[in-house]
Amino acid sequence: MNTFDFLMQGLLVAAQPMNLLYALIGVTLGTAVGVLPGIGPALTVALLLPVTYQLDPGGSLIMFAGIYYGGMYGGSTTSILLNTPGESASIVTALEGNKMARAGRGGPALATAAIGSFVAGLIATMALALIAPFVVKLALVFGPREYFALMVLAFVTVSSAFGDSTLRGLTSLFIGFALAIIGIDQLTGQTRMSFGVPDLLDGIEVTTLAVAMFAIGESLYIAAQGDLGPDKVEAVRGSVWMNRQDWARSWKAWLRGTAIGFPIGAMPAGGAEIGTFLSYATEKRLTKYPEEFGNGAIEGVAGPEAANNASAAGTLVPLLTLGLPTTATAAIMLAGFQQYGLQPGPLLFATNPQLVWGLIASLLIANFMLLVLNLPLVGLWVKLLTIPKPWLYAGILLFATLGTIGANPSVFELGMLLAFGVLGYVMRIFGYPIAPVVVGLILGPLAEQQLRRALAISQGDVTVLFTSPIAAVLLLIAAAALIIPLILRARGRGEVLAQLAASED
Amino acid sequence: MKQFFLASILAGALALPAFAADYTIIAPANPGGGWDQTARSIQSVMQQEGISGNVQVQNVPGAGGTIGLAQFASQSKGNPNALIVGGYVMVGAILTNNSPVTLNDVTPIARLTGEYEAIVVPADSPLKTFGDLVEALKKDPGAVSWGGGSAGGTDHIAVGLIAKAAGVDPTKINYIAFSGGGEALAAILGSQVTAGISGYGEFESQVKSGTLRLLAVSSAERIAGVDAPTIKESGLDVVVQNWRMVAAAPGLTDEQKTAVSTDIEKLVKSASWQETLKTKGWQDTYLAGDAFKEQLAKDISSTETVLKDIGLVK
Repeated sequence: MNTFDFLMQGLLVAAQPMNLLYALIGVTLGTAVGVLPGIGPALTVALLLPVTYQLDPGGSLIMFAGIYYGGMYGGSTTSILLNTPGESASIVTALEGNKMARAGRGGPALATAAIGSFVAGLIATMALALIAPFVVKLALVFGPREYFALMVLAFVTVSSAFGDSTLRGLTSLFIGFALAIIGIDQLTGQTRMSFGVPDLLDGIEVTTLAVAMFAIGESLYIAAQGDLGPDKVEAVRGSVWMNRQDWARSWKAWLRGTAIGFPIGAMPAGGAEIGTFLSYATEKRLTKYPEEFGNGAIEGVAGPEAANNASAAGTLVPLLTLGLPTTATAAIMLAGFQQYGLQPGPLLFATNPQLVWGLIASLLIANFMLLVLNLPLVGLWVKLLTIPKPWLYAGILLFATLGTIGANPSVFELGMLLAFGVLGYVMRIFGYPIAPVVVGLILGPLAEQQLRRALAISQGDVTVLFTSPIAAVLLLIAAAALIIPLILRARGRGEVLAQLAASED
Repeated sequence: MKQFFLASILAGALALPAFAADYTIIAPANPGGGWDQTARSIQSVMQQEGISGNVQVQNVPGAGGTIGLAQFASQSKGNPNALIVGGYVMVGAILTNNSPVTLNDVTPIARLTGEYEAIVVPADSPLKTFGDLVEALKKDPGAVSWGGGSAGGTDHIAVGLIAKAAGVDPTKINYIAFSGGGEALAAILGSQVTAGISGYGEFESQVKSGTLRLLAVSSAERIAGVDAPTIKESGLDVVVQNWRMVAAAPGLTDEQKTAVSTDIEKLVKSASWQETLKTKGWQDTYLAGDAFKEQLAKDISSTETVLKDIGLVK
């Protein structure tokens, strides 16, 4: 049987009424936990594991896959409407999405996120079915030095893409790096900058920082402005739906986001966030409307949202073909497989083709269900913005606090939430961008660890960083992204300079 | 809180009857890891076998379990319904993190399961046997890079013990710590490191499909169904078991201790627990009472020695 036959057979398995029901429960639960900051799909799947023990393997894995996709979908809603990212993968969505929502374009922002997620999920799931073995080979070529080069590229593109001033963006990024140093050093097991506080041993939780910086900081900022604040947020201006121009600007961003997110999600040390950062930077560079970036550009929502859903499918590539869990949710799904005595890995496609293809097919169905579930809700969601400001922000504070306590029930964590909220407020007052702090906290440790691993393996020989072809190409692209604008500027080519100035700083 | 919150959603969604909690188990790690799976297996078996009407699992992740341990010791004092899952990794983490709370501050009940370490190389590696690997290590310790789990964890300790037994300076080993088994496995499969070390379960399917070559396992005797010699057979006296245990709160009366021990014994003897062990690939290494206490003390002192040798503990 060829791939197509397997897939059709899988669709038959997934289309059984009971399996459809499991998929529906999964996507509904997933959307719900994606909306709540702090409570992620990983925890939900973990809680459901004992419950699903009685179900058949196919049904419960289908439900888990639904939760996983649903979580990626739901995270964008609060990012866009409330500037409170529900998941770390939807932090970037808040940047442009929330600006759009405030300008009365929350509807199109939610729609492009939902349709973008659907398109990306569809393409990436098909890619999972068709080219998984090839992608896995590519992912395994990535060792510490290649990852380090990828991080360098991410830093260069991301730091130029956030904020109006490069200097301010870099300052924020380095605040993030400084926070990232706190905790146990992964390579030596020694503690750094934790000052004997046990709660700091594991470093600072990304979701705590993101929720604090975005939600708490924002609430303080609005509260501090009192009645002098900006005019009431317009809930809807124009149509709730995407207009012709929105479509024209979105579809390329969806495809590019998918192309970036899928392979990075498939890499064992990739993760969904990096794909969204790179996608945002790419869209900002390629857009025809650079003046809109920072003020609500639809590409800045469409690209990263497609990227995070594509990477969710990408994560399943190493899980199904190698038994490699690369995210917390994947790790628990692996535990789910093992619960039924199935060992994912190179043999799973051969020993349990029915299950694997049933899972892939149900991902397609879950993806479609999510679109059906979410699009009609767009009109309802944007009504959230018409809630009077004091109530709305009180609600945001409540959700942010509940989510943080939910993820880690500790007083210290709550203290950190408040402290970082104040930091976010102060940075807003002085015009420093918030997102690079979170980016620094996520990418800083990854870059550091990969660099040190590469150097440890080579026993201190720095040249290994450049001698791998993939690493060399990535570093060259990074260097070009850094140097070319400088050269163009030096030559003083007026029009190019003006265009770049608009997108650079 | 979150368990309560989500559990109530789930209970509502699936119309499960709600009982009062009999046991609360702290899994001092993120969902998905070994301790979390152990805690959740105890949960489902206890409920299935009717040992306890309702069992809650709470994740308190961080710092090799020491954060969960510290919270458990301070908040559950004298509570006969509170349990915590832990293991060998915690022994090392307490030492490397200089944790103020140690296993002396809780009431260890029993060792439940264990997993032995496996040493693998990529299929195209020139190293054919464990002896080849040891030879390479003796020639130039730095040139042999070992990929495994977190620094100071079981994998790292095992490499330190191997080096020491082979007469190589343990401070010279080139151990590359990865977060989680998945990332380490990818680095080994991609030939980024010379050799890999982790629990056998992590490598099982790769070994069976022939992409990794299994050189040795760290058990005292050969494991049934696993085609590899022990490290001991190669002349190095190294046996490492990554065990997992369950402990109760500090400050319990003797009757309370006995009650918990009895429940755990019922759990271990039950058919569904044995079934769980089989599907998860865990070895039954149940050990309770004074025998466990003795073994624990021995493990703690030998771990301290090797961590000092590697240079992780001053």
